[in-house]
Amino acid sequence: MGFVEVTLSLLNGLEQTFLIFALTLVLALPLGLVISFGSMSGFKPLAYITKIFVWIIRGVPLMLQVIIVFYVPGFLLGTPLFTRFGSVVAAFVINYACYFSEIYRGGIESIAKGQYEAGQVLGMTKSQIFFKVVLMQVVKRILAPMSNEVITLVKDTALARVIMIVEIIQAAQNYAAYGLMWPLFYTAVFYLVFVGLLSLLFGFFEKKLDYYKV
Amino acid sequence: MVLLEVKDIKKNFGKTEVLKGVSFSLDKGEVLAIIGSSGSGKTTLLRCLNFLEHADSGSFSVDGETVFDAAVEYSDHEIREKRLKFGLVFQSFNLFPQYSVMENLTLAPKLALKKKKLSAAEKKAAIAEIEQKAAELLARVGLAEKRDAYPCQLSGGQQQRVAIARALALKPEILCFDEPTSALDPELTGEVLRVIKGLKGEDRTMVVVTHEMEFAKNVADKVIFMADGVIEEIGTPEEIFEHPQSEKTKAFLNSSLEKMY
Repeated sequence: MGFVEVTLSLLNGLEQTFLIFALTLVLALPLGLVISFGSMSGFKPLAYITKIFVWIIRGVPLMLQVIIVFYVPGFLLGTPLFTRFGSVVAAFVINYACYFSEIYRGGIESIAKGQYEAGQVLGMTKSQIFFKVVLMQVVKRILAPMSNEVITLVKDTALARVIMIVEIIQAAQNYAAYGLMWPLFYTAVFYLVFVGLLSLLFGFFEKKLDYYKV
Repeated sequence: MVLLEVKDIKKNFGKTEVLKGVSFSLDKGEVLAIIGSSGSGKTTLLRCLNFLEHADSGSFSVDGETVFDAAVEYSDHEIREKRLKFGLVFQSFNLFPQYSVMENLTLAPKLALKKKKLSAAEKKAAIAEIEQKAAELLARVGLAEKRDAYPCQLSGGQQQRVAIARALALKPEILCFDEPTSALDPELTGEVLRVIKGLKGEDRTMVVVTHEMEFAKNVADKVIFMADGVIEEIGTPEEIFEHPQSEKTKAFLNSSLEKMY
């Protein structure tokens, strides 16, 4: 079991890790915005339902949600609804969208009323005010909490192994089963590089938005 | 010639009667100063004119055309059209921080353009016109060299002058100011007041809610003193400041004078 072989096999696992990460991010970012609109809706029943939904999703361990999405449709329908990978992505997207929605809500509600009113007296429509005036200010406000969540997501992907997805930790554990422990510790290097690159990216965004204050 | 005619505007917030029936008229080219202590309803009156609050009863018209009638339900679209007869400059400027000075001025006019069906050439000409007009307005408020600056790089007085230019870019018939200098350091109020005073020379109709008594006295053609949601006294600056009739007006003017010393 040489270093090169272990590295290659961990990289294989990392590919799964990365796919779960990327798909979750791409799908949960917009879904979170939809959920945040729901929880801020003036139509009270919708706001309450959304808030209860967010409470449940944030209140139940993500690992359990992955198991539920994979196994429960099978029990109820006799056939699974998603593949293993599909179940992981579905559970992650819903879970992260709920967390994102709360970050969005905080950001949107922190924008001064005067910004909306300035848009209104200039004859702008509600959607113009949101997309042209408010959104970029929200983006700047939420960048730091979002980078936190995104970094957490990188490491949460390890939960996928609960339904036998061979992501990087599982790939290393397969060696541990043969008594080879060091690959497990070695995975930390991959995570650190991954998270390091993300931190650089977020730092770049922060710099990009440095030209204005909100 | 009467440009603005306000009839019996009433507004409640919950059980609090903020406006208890306010009526006045304003001629084209006149400057109206509204003074009064906090809570007298003067800002609410301005917000009703700009459709930021919906008056519970009453109406107002611009140039003979009824713009608002509390008895009528207006669609969002109608309100957007009607409110453009008025411009509003806020106490706290409310510039859009992520846009440059120039973009702050051109954003709304350009967005309004999108709704019109124009050919590519017409659109280009219209955009050029918007930008030229914006550049002129910036020069008008003395900030031509700041066109590419961002609001956070400007002083409060400069920001407020940009906000005035931004409001003018939409060519309102009546420009309203909601305590335009209250958020400014004393040494910056002068530059903003000078700009407003200069606009008067251009025959603009303006409504200015202000705590600057000197300004009201020297610039306004008409002064309204509001107290407890009603117009306590209305008249020329001389009538209000030199010969106030109402006891409330006298008391208010005395306490404002005391603050100055």
